[in-house]
Amino acid sequence: MKKPLTSLLLHAALIAGAVLTLLPLVWMIMASLMPTGEASSEPPPFFPSHVTFDHYRELFVHLNIGRVLFNSALLAVSVTVLSVLLNAMAGYAFAKLRFPGRGKIFGFLLGALVLPAQVAILPLFLLMRQLGLVGSYWGVILPGMATIFGIFLVRQYALSIPDELLDAARIDGASEVRIFAEIILPLCRPVLVTLAIFTFLGTWNDFFWPLVVLADDAKYTLPVALANLFGEHVQDTELMMAGSVLTVMPVLLLFLFLQRHYVQGLLMGGLKE
Amino acid sequence: MADPRRRSIPSEVRAAWLFVGPGLAIIFLFFLLPIAAALLLSLTDFDLYAVADWRNLRLVGFENYSHLLRDRLFWQAMRNTFYFVLVGGPLTVMVSLAAALMIQSKLTRFPGIFRTAFFAPAVTTLVAIAAVWRYLYHPQFGLLNHALGWFGIAPIDWLGDTRWAMPAIILLSIWKNFGANMIILAAGLQSIPESLYEAARLEGAGWWRQLRDVTLPMLAPTFLFVAVMTCIGYFQLFAEPFVLTRQGEPLNSTLSVALLMYKEGFRFWHMGYAAAVAFILFLVILAATTLQVRLAKGREA
Repeated sequence: MKKPLTSLLLHAALIAGAVLTLLPLVWMIMASLMPTGEASSEPPPFFPSHVTFDHYRELFVHLNIGRVLFNSALLAVSVTVLSVLLNAMAGYAFAKLRFPGRGKIFGFLLGALVLPAQVAILPLFLLMRQLGLVGSYWGVILPGMATIFGIFLVRQYALSIPDELLDAARIDGASEVRIFAEIILPLCRPVLVTLAIFTFLGTWNDFFWPLVVLADDAKYTLPVALANLFGEHVQDTELMMAGSVLTVMPVLLLFLFLQRHYVQGLLMGGLKE
Repeated sequence: MADPRRRSIPSEVRAAWLFVGPGLAIIFLFFLLPIAAALLLSLTDFDLYAVADWRNLRLVGFENYSHLLRDRLFWQAMRNTFYFVLVGGPLTVMVSLAAALMIQSKLTRFPGIFRTAFFAPAVTTLVAIAAVWRYLYHPQFGLLNHALGWFGIAPIDWLGDTRWAMPAIILLSIWKNFGANMIILAAGLQSIPESLYEAARLEGAGWWRQLRDVTLPMLAPTFLFVAVMTCIGYFQLFAEPFVLTRQGEPLNSTLSVALLMYKEGFRFWHMGYAAAVAFILFLVILAATTLQVRLAKGREA
């Protein structure tokens, strides 16, 4: 048998792959801690000659990154809370409540799932402008408050809730709102957690729409501010890397702690065919 | 009680509309309506004057489209986007499949660690990552050219050379995207019954024949899903050339269709013209998706 050799080659490939995958992220952290100009020397150093936090200080003190971090967190949290609520409501209704047109509307939404969001951007911008929401947080929050994917995810999960449970609650005189709040939400917890992580990461990382609609420095999120900063400070490698670390680290840590839920969500989306 | 065709009860219907109403309203108003409006917008000369006052708006029929088809920049953006999709897409899916096969192999120790490592780029912020890669690609101080130097390869001006800029974007995209596809493909692999492999082994099939005769056919639906989603996502290439190659440089060799739409729409306020760009992109994505699904169905038959 040549199993040991195969295993050796397999693990060599896996380790090489993991190193290549993580290298850019590790280098980003290293470079953010280097003294100014060190990353642009030959041969390119991987480790800082001595560790400095000057670039982080510069970002917070002079470049107002604290405000940008706040914007990103505020928008990601608002969109996540609101969209999880609205998607849960709609997903539950499509799964468990009988109303005329339910099948048709849901089928239509499923078909619309493949529509590319970018096509909507220009008219959406004009609509937001008409509503006076360009340059406001609402410009990002409103369109993010419900998604077809989110409704679909909750519906698939809620289908498995037994009708008897809901009927028993109705016989006991519970209102539909109470049934939703006290029975459905707790039962759907796993899928809601997945959806929340998904939405948070998506909103945090989004670039195109916030770039267009936030049109105001004071409202910029991290990706938009970073792209702007990049235009002016492209020579300041270490400063840019500190900005990148601040942008990437919150979502990377969130993923590391909650990865089981996140991966589950990805699979629910992936195996829907 | 659980009969799904039970007559609907008024109080339940009222509750249902209360529950689906807000979500549907948001999706209709901020997603479906704008997509439909994009078609209308593309038939107008909506520009800076119309932004100031809607009364300056004129219907121009298909003028934007005929203008577009004669625009060399549009065709260049189309070519670049197809280059990215046709080369970057298959490469990404191949790397994803290889990674999925490796972490699902019975020989692999600690698959969880490798899965986490491979997946990490998928959750990172593209704009930040594009900034990181811009330095990695630096012709003089970048780690990539430094590493290539060990193999005697002369420095490449990755982002300044029209031949290398798109490959540089593709490399970044593979790195960023293969992990998410890998997770989905790995789940597909896991759902293949072990008995099929046992039967194949009894017939004396080696690793390669098991892969060809069992794994790949059984994986086909998952594979199709991954391929279609990658394709749809890649046609919308935007943030990578926006940051990595400073909005499509050098010489527009990385200008994508979405980037062209952004520049026309939000730089020059040629909203009608940009909407025509968006709508053509929409049709291209629709055609590509349909084609992929048809091809897959054809092979099954």
